[in-house]
Parts: sequence; structure tokens; C-alpha cells
Amino acid sequence: MTTILATDFWTSIMPNVVANKDVFIQSTWETIYMTLVSGIIAGILGIIIGIALVVTAPGGILANRTTYWILDKLVNIFRSIPFIILLAVIAPFTRLLVGTSIGTTAALVPLTIGTAPFYARQVQNALVDVDRGIIEAAEAVGASPMQIIFRVYLREALPDLIRTSVVTVISLIGLTAMAGAIGGGGLGNTAISIGYDRFENDITIMAMIIILAIVFIIQILGDLWARKTDHR
Amino acid sequence: MAANAPIIDLKGIDVTFKEADRTVRAVKNVDLEVAKGDIYGIVGYSGAGKSTLVRVINQLQRQTSGKVTVSGQNMGALKGKALRQARTKIGMIFQHFNLMNERTIGDNVMFPLLLGSKLSRHDKQAKVDELLDLVGLSEKKNDYPAQLSGGQKQRVAIARALANDPEILISDEATSALDPKTTSSILDLLKNLNEKLGLTVVLITHEMQAVKSICNKVAVMQSGEIVERGDLLTIFSKPTQQLTKEFIETSSQIDAALANVVAQPSIQHLQANERLVVLSYAGASTDDPLIAQLYEQFKVTPNILFGNVEILQNTPVGNLGLVLSGEGDAVDKALAYVKEQGVTVRQISVAEYQAELARKAAEADTNDEGEA
Repeated sequence: MTTILATDFWTSIMPNVVANKDVFIQSTWETIYMTLVSGIIAGILGIIIGIALVVTAPGGILANRTTYWILDKLVNIFRSIPFIILLAVIAPFTRLLVGTSIGTTAALVPLTIGTAPFYARQVQNALVDVDRGIIEAAEAVGASPMQIIFRVYLREALPDLIRTSVVTVISLIGLTAMAGAIGGGGLGNTAISIGYDRFENDITIMAMIIILAIVFIIQILGDLWARKTDHR
Repeated sequence: MAANAPIIDLKGIDVTFKEADRTVRAVKNVDLEVAKGDIYGIVGYSGAGKSTLVRVINQLQRQTSGKVTVSGQNMGALKGKALRQARTKIGMIFQHFNLMNERTIGDNVMFPLLLGSKLSRHDKQAKVDELLDLVGLSEKKNDYPAQLSGGQKQRVAIARALANDPEILISDEATSALDPKTTSSILDLLKNLNEKLGLTVVLITHEMQAVKSICNKVAVMQSGEIVERGDLLTIFSKPTQQLTKEFIETSSQIDAALANVVAQPSIQHLQANERLVVLSYAGASTDDPLIAQLYEQFKVTPNILFGNVEILQNTPVGNLGLVLSGEGDAVDKALAYVKEQGVTVRQISVAEYQAELARKAAEADTNDEGEA
């Protein structure tokens, strides 16, 4: 035990990681910060757009062909833009919104815009899976559209929503690794601009291990939660 | 609303669905009046427009034209909140139960009470307990629908439909996914609710057996139209439409008995003075000693082949298969007398009947191949 915890041991197998400990602590926080903030904003946007897609779709409880068509196309367009290009393309918009187009906070804007449409589709798929008959039964007892959205759709789809949220957060962590391109920092940036570019391979590997650990924790917690809420 | 006005009054209802390349007229100019306290059965094969028609009652389906009046309210004119309020007085149950999977049984029944009921929290709980008790599922309150059998799920759905004390219950093929024993227990429950709460029930089904066991009135639907309607007894004892006869047959098995009878050699070689007939009768006409009269008055000997009697609405409805034999035109005279007594007489020519059976069998075969 003593040998594993000893600094000597770590210095011998990962010399550069030990030398750059502060960088790792900071970049881990940057990754968590970017994931959390853009995840929450994109989550809210995605749920709103996802719900709107379901209720305005043909045969939906608030069917509206025009709204559906516009939302559907917008989601498709933004989902089709490669993230690394999106980073650059929306830079002026980012500057307008947060005052700068470089740095961790600036990365939040493209991360949100890159994630929200993806999540909206996932939410849409989860909600569409709620049996039409259940919606009809709610309508038959006099539920309003808002009541159907909050008390039926979101409630019935909750296990699926949790599962798709996990998928979305994991893919969001993947996107944060690209944020280094606009000076966003984070573990991805550390892995490339320090580990890869300077041939300090232990840094690249450590960055990967930390990202994997974060992903596994989210996956396990998400699965547990989804299973707990699922009564089908 | 006048005291004796129908609780549900549909006038000239038309429902048309526009699809990309065609328009489908699912309901065609239907009038329907359901009186308070009725259990009104609507029978028809799938695609006849039954479900569309009943969805017009609570406006889950808007009519293309026509007028829908429920409890004196013009439903077509209602929108938004007023419509939702009106819907709370019309309960509905479904073939696939449509319970919320992520809510417990108690919460499913509670659901309609969460939407704007003015009851206190405590009263709502009491109401849920009372409803679960009514359908016999008190001990399942904290279970989830996935843990229940089909019949139990339908009971929960009934409790949910009754949460807002509706005056009308619409049953959309509610027993079609259940086994015969469960079906009859659900039907008994509906009948019980009808008697105990004065609930008016509109029951759609393709099973004549269900109609026979609880309905007092029945309408037969085909291709969006009501082809025949009336009180249960009249429809069963004197059906006029081919489709109605088909539905009745599925529940009485008279044709199955006849098919057996005509296969027997003694029946295939009837003498000239012998006649194969089926007598159908309902209610009062069964009080006279009809069979005895045949011999006493006309010297006609009846040979009974098969028979059945069912009690519909406390009235016996029977079918009797006979071979009548007598001298000269005695049989014809006897049959004329029987008709005068209000009994429906169906004379059967064995050869024709067998040809008919063969034709039907061939038809069924090609249908099977078509499906396969």
C-alpha cells in the first residue's frame, strides 16, 4: 500500500502527470464546468424543443404543421453541422452573447447549441414512445394540453428521458474535448496540447482515464436512477 | 332539457378523414339517441366506424357535420376549458386499458382528480379508496399496472373513468382483450354500476355475447352507417338485416346445430309430407302450448331436433329446430297458424342449405389463403 500511494511510485510511471498536477485539477474542473453549465442550458432547451416537436406533430395534442416543420428543419440543420465547424461559425454570435469568443465560458455557447438539437431529438423519441392511448385517456378525463405534457408525457417517459440524458451528457463530454480549439481548456485540451504535442504520453493517457472515470460514474448513476423510476 | 330527452343525442353525424390521396367517410349521417339509464350496445366488425362514432360523443373526434347534444349541452360548440369540463362527465374505458405505467393504481385513479377538482386532498384520497373498493381492488392500491392482470387493469380503468362522477360511460371494446370469464365479470360490473349509480353506458363491441348479456338496446353498424337498431329483444327475435343475423348467429350457434342436422341421412331424405323448420320466438308467444296445438289442431307431428332458450332482459328468447310431418297441406296450415302466434318461421330446404354451407366453406378457405 505504501508504495502505491508514494509519490515516488507515481513519479516513476507518470512523471509528467505528477509535474503537471495543478494543470490536471484545473482542466478537470473546466471539463466538469463546461459539461454542467452547457448541459443544463441545452437540457432545458432540448426538453422544450422536444416537447414542442411532439405536441405540434401531425396528430399531436396541439398539432401545428408550420411550427413543426420549422422546428424539425432547424433541429436537422444544427445536428448536421460538425461541432468543430460550429465552434468557428458561431463565434460572432458567441461574442455578442458572452462578450468574448475565446475561453471556457465562450465555449459554453457552441456546446449548448451543438447539444440542444441532439437532445431535442432524443426527448422527442422518448415522448413519442408514450402510448397514444394513454394520451387519449387523459384527454377523455378532461386534461388540458399543459397537464398532458407535465403530468402524462414527462412522467410516463421519465425512465427513457433519464437514459437519453445520460447518452447526451456523455456525448457532451466528448464535445468539450474539442473546446480547446477556441481556448476553452478542459481535459481534451490538456491531452492534445500538452500530452500529444510535447510527446508526454502519460499526460494523454491520464486525461483519458479521468474522462473515462467521469463517463462511467454518470452512466452507472443514470442506469440506477432509470431502473428505479421504471415500472413498466 | 326536458325530463325525458335523451342524455346523448346525435343528429346527422358525419365524420370524414382527409388523407393525402383520398377521403374516408368513417361515419355517414348517423342519428343516435341514448336515454338516461340505457346500456346501449353498438356492434359491428372492425372498421365499421363504431369507435369514431362514440368518440364524437366526448368530442375526442370532432364531427364533420351534424349535432351532438350530451345532457342538453351542444358539444360541438364547446372549446377549451368548457369542453374539458364537459368531458369530465363522460367516462371512457378502452380495449388496451390505457393506464399510466409509471403511476401506481391509486395514482391512476387519482389522476382525473388532479386536474382541477375542488375536493380537498383528504377527500380525494377518500374518493380513490371508495372507487377502488367499488371495483374490488383496494389491496392493489400501491401496485403498478404491470403487476396486474388484464381484468384487473380494466377495473382500474373503470375506477379512473368514474373518478369525476360521470353520468355516461363509454366502453370502447373494453372486453375485447380479455378472456371469456374476465369479460363476463367486467360486464357484470358495468351492469352493476348502471343499476347502482344510474350510469348510462354506451358499449361498443364486436362480440354479440357482450351485448346480449347486459345491453337493453342495440345498434348494428356497417360501413359507417347504423343498419339496424332497436331494443335487444326485438333485434334478437326479429332481426331484419343480414349482418344482424350474422352477429346473432355468432352468439347462438343455431347455424352450427343446423349444419349438424342436415348432415344426417334421415334429414337428407325427408318425405314429401315432411318439412324442416326453425321456429324463433320471444317473450309472450312462448306461453301458449304451441307444440301441443300442432298435433291437436292439425294432426302435425313435430319431431324436435334441437333447441335453445336464452333469457334476455328477463324475457325468454328461443329457437327450436323441428321436422314437421302431416297429411296433405296440414303442415302448411300449421305453419300459418304458428306465424299468427307471433313466431318467426324459417323453412329450410336441405339441398339448398347444404349448397349454401359448401359455398360459405369455400369462401372461408379463400379468405384464409388471402390472409396467409
